[in-house]
Amino acid sequence: MALDSLKSEGFKQVGTRPDRPDGFDKVTGRAKFGADATAPGMLHAAIVRSPHAHARITRIDTSKAEALTGVKGVVTRADFATGLKGENWNILENVMAGDTALYDGHAVAAVAATSPLIARDAAKLIEVEYEILPHVTDVDEAMAEGAPVIREGAADKSVPPGLHPNVVRYHESGHGDVDKGFAEADLVIEDHFRTEATHQGYIEPHACLATLGGDGKGELWCCTQGHWNVQKICSALLGLETSQLRVTASEIGGGFGGKTTVFIEPVALALSRKTNKPVKLVMSRSEVFRATGPTSSTSMDVKIGMKKDGTITAAQGVFRLQGGAFPGAPCEFTAMCAFAPYALKNVHQVGYDVIANRPKQAAYRAPGSPMAAFAVESVIDELCGQLGLDPIETRLKNASKRGTKASFGPTFDQIGLVETLEAAKAHPHYSAPLKPGQGRGISCGFWFNHGGETAVSLALSEDGTAQLAVGTPDIGGSRASMALMAAEELGIPYENIRVTIADTATLGYNEVSHGSRVTYASGLATIEAARDAVKKLCARAAAKWGIPEDAVKWENGCAVPSGPNAGDFDPLPIDQITKRMGATGGPIVGHFEATPEGAGVSFATHIVDAEVDPETGKTSVVRYTVVQDAGKAIHPTYVEGQFQGGAAQGIGWALNEEYIYGEDGRLQNAVFLDYRIPVASDLPMIDTVIVEVPNPGHPYGVRGVGETSICPPLAAIANAVSAAAGVRLHELPMSPPRILTALEKQRDG
Amino acid sequence: MQYHKPENFEDAVAIAAQAQGLTRFLAGGTDVLVQLRADIAVPDTLVDVKGIGGVKDITRESDGGWRIGIAVSGAEMTEHPDLGRDWPGVVEATDLIGSTQIQGRATMTGNLCNGSPAADAVPAMVAVGMSVSVTGPDGTRRVPVEEIPAGPGRTSLAKGEMISALHIPPRGAAGGDAYLRFIPRTEMDIAVVGCAVNLRLDGDTVAEARVALGAVAPTVLLVADAADALVGTTLDDKALDALAEAASAACKPIDDKRGTVKFRTHVAGVLARRAAKIAYDRARSTRT
Repeated sequence: MALDSLKSEGFKQVGTRPDRPDGFDKVTGRAKFGADATAPGMLHAAIVRSPHAHARITRIDTSKAEALTGVKGVVTRADFATGLKGENWNILENVMAGDTALYDGHAVAAVAATSPLIARDAAKLIEVEYEILPHVTDVDEAMAEGAPVIREGAADKSVPPGLHPNVVRYHESGHGDVDKGFAEADLVIEDHFRTEATHQGYIEPHACLATLGGDGKGELWCCTQGHWNVQKICSALLGLETSQLRVTASEIGGGFGGKTTVFIEPVALALSRKTNKPVKLVMSRSEVFRATGPTSSTSMDVKIGMKKDGTITAAQGVFRLQGGAFPGAPCEFTAMCAFAPYALKNVHQVGYDVIANRPKQAAYRAPGSPMAAFAVESVIDELCGQLGLDPIETRLKNASKRGTKASFGPTFDQIGLVETLEAAKAHPHYSAPLKPGQGRGISCGFWFNHGGETAVSLALSEDGTAQLAVGTPDIGGSRASMALMAAEELGIPYENIRVTIADTATLGYNEVSHGSRVTYASGLATIEAARDAVKKLCARAAAKWGIPEDAVKWENGCAVPSGPNAGDFDPLPIDQITKRMGATGGPIVGHFEATPEGAGVSFATHIVDAEVDPETGKTSVVRYTVVQDAGKAIHPTYVEGQFQGGAAQGIGWALNEEYIYGEDGRLQNAVFLDYRIPVASDLPMIDTVIVEVPNPGHPYGVRGVGETSICPPLAAIANAVSAAAGVRLHELPMSPPRILTALEKQRDG
Repeated sequence: MQYHKPENFEDAVAIAAQAQGLTRFLAGGTDVLVQLRADIAVPDTLVDVKGIGGVKDITRESDGGWRIGIAVSGAEMTEHPDLGRDWPGVVEATDLIGSTQIQGRATMTGNLCNGSPAADAVPAMVAVGMSVSVTGPDGTRRVPVEEIPAGPGRTSLAKGEMISALHIPPRGAAGGDAYLRFIPRTEMDIAVVGCAVNLRLDGDTVAEARVALGAVAPTVLLVADAADALVGTTLDDKALDALAEAASAACKPIDDKRGTVKFRTHVAGVLARRAAKIAYDRARSTRT
């Protein structure tokens, strides 16, 4: 899109680190999260879930539950819309099973009662009869001959003939001739890698409060990354007109992609419609693990050829992703991100989306990319090791730059991979000595970033302050960034901007807070809305002074004549204009609606030092440095926070987090005690370096930063652990038993 | 559910003896309340023991031993000025359970009565030769700690019986104890393997030793062969190798989500070696 003006220097507020506007609410407990809402006459709901991995539902008897005192209503699949197609059908089938339970934890019925305890007791009284079916949870087993078919006809037209019906989507891309490229290499390494599913691990479980009457008008309060999306999906699943359901987003205790869809919201709405009362529904942690989307598990083969001087001659990858019982595992993203950091003449990548008896995967921070980087960057590390090459120099030699034809097709514009590698090379961490038993790992990572539908409104108050309404839930400190950008344009103090996440009735459609799009897209819209307001302010000054509108410009929060010929007038401050706006033409509101498409891609380079205890296989991450291109850091503290957060989640994914299924196909570790997310003392201080190579698609050069930070950690940690242990690890998590087994195998030759 | 808060042990055991269905004693509640909320064990009768006199006391006995009240938390044991100097291993094993908040509530008695094979405090209690007072309708008797666990989630206590006090023997001269556990994280986790070593020196030579293992069998193991490997040695490499081998040989673990048979068996030996060194160093440092 064409931008009015690009600003790259002379910022007065952007780049500073003020306190976040929501900080006081968060530290005093005043902030309202999903479970904090109440309503008069409110009921509490509980969901009945399948204890089986795969089973036909032959009978549901709700009579005993309905007879319990305090129970006001029960819903099953019969209480939702029929005739849905595509992803709406998938989501409904996931939210409430039809005739088959597809995974351990799949919802089959729900009950609303006058207290949470009665609802829980009533849920136990709902009798469900199952006919157990064969199940499969492993990606390779699910696509092998003879595997139980999860659902006939789930595959789309992309899937070549001859594959198992559990392969539901297929992706293939690349360019050049990989066979010719491999023939030119001095060393070719091909290896197999696996990663287990991990959960986003947000601390706030899903929670909502729903009110829906027989008139088809509803109100929904919920914890979500995108309430317009909730509005759209819930309306479809309940058979409502979209505009009749108003959705308000609560404060959010983490999302990381996992709150970009719906799980309990349609159920609460259906119960409210049935009982004619407000219904509150809050998930337990075990429900979050069993029935909300983890990331995909993977099985991957990567082959790379390299010359002795480090030049990569060819690369190919096969990426198999298991995404639960529904299509949607991001196999195309895995394939497309895999080799994106490198300028390759010959590259070929294939992705398989495979369904299995597990919960429907949901987006998790750069969906699909971290696993690809794990496989690819491990092979590059192995090539560097065997050829005696420096890992950063080798990556620099092959790095994608402006003008590179990307492995996934397009040609890169201005990008900052080389700059992150140069900064990593110059960082003291890279040359610091290691102690015995320690190893150092390097990895690059890539994420596309996204723009998406965005609407913003900025209303000025009579005292010259501003109310900014955005539609993207604040999952990473974005209100601070929005206020800084609005303050920069308006020339007023940061504290004079009140940023609100508006409900669906207040603004036009806003896409979910995903794709690292908020500071880019809502930020761009905020800048444009502020510029729109400034234009209107200048027009009021022009009218007052009796000069043309284009003879007025805006400086430091004041209207001033644009030059000596415009006339001699004292600067007119914003509050002098706004206090008279009612009499000079009415309220002044700037707004902006668009689908910006210039989200610049983002690259990162991570350096990790790990120490492995050879007797127990336990890994400690002892030093960590994130170097990432932010384009322009609006509020550097929150950029650093995103860098550190991605690294922290990556450490968990690499070392200990995993979905563990028993022979019976049931999830064995659906609590934080056994789903081993890192605790604070597991992490080193994570150092950060912000590289700023401006994105030409944003007025200030912003690139999204939220997701790229989780792309390199799996590989960087694997490379560090492999160096420390003296043996290559091919499977995540690199848990202590797995490391000991690898060491033992190596000893036994 | 019936909730009782008796003021003495006689009333407490009378309530428990007459209770129908599932009975639980409530002290810190870090297992009882969690299991209740998770539908794992919903008691019909809950007997809150915190109103009984003396349950929060840590008392030095006339013989130099210690009496620990049944509602004393791990944090309170750590805070005590003298207990940790005598028995650092016991205190550390109790006070590394859970988070800071849990450590302010959780008790050794609860850890023992919960019956988890992975209980952290229990191997330490067994290694140092602790015993418990068991009070029931017929009075009070002394029982060694290792006789309390009966299997995962089960104890040898009869209906109407409860633990009314914990007893640690006198430390004596030139002794040291230590507890180590393996967890993949640094805290807030459950032992994959736990090992406690207690020993007493004569000069530089180990005169007495006890070695206990947790999370490698249905109940805590007191491993005589492992102790024998230490006695009469100065903890040289040969003794440590024999210790590790004996510890591993005693393991009868299971494969589960927390660890494999092979891993647990191997790491039991590694931890025994490391815990023995710590206990030995502690014993030597208290010798003078």
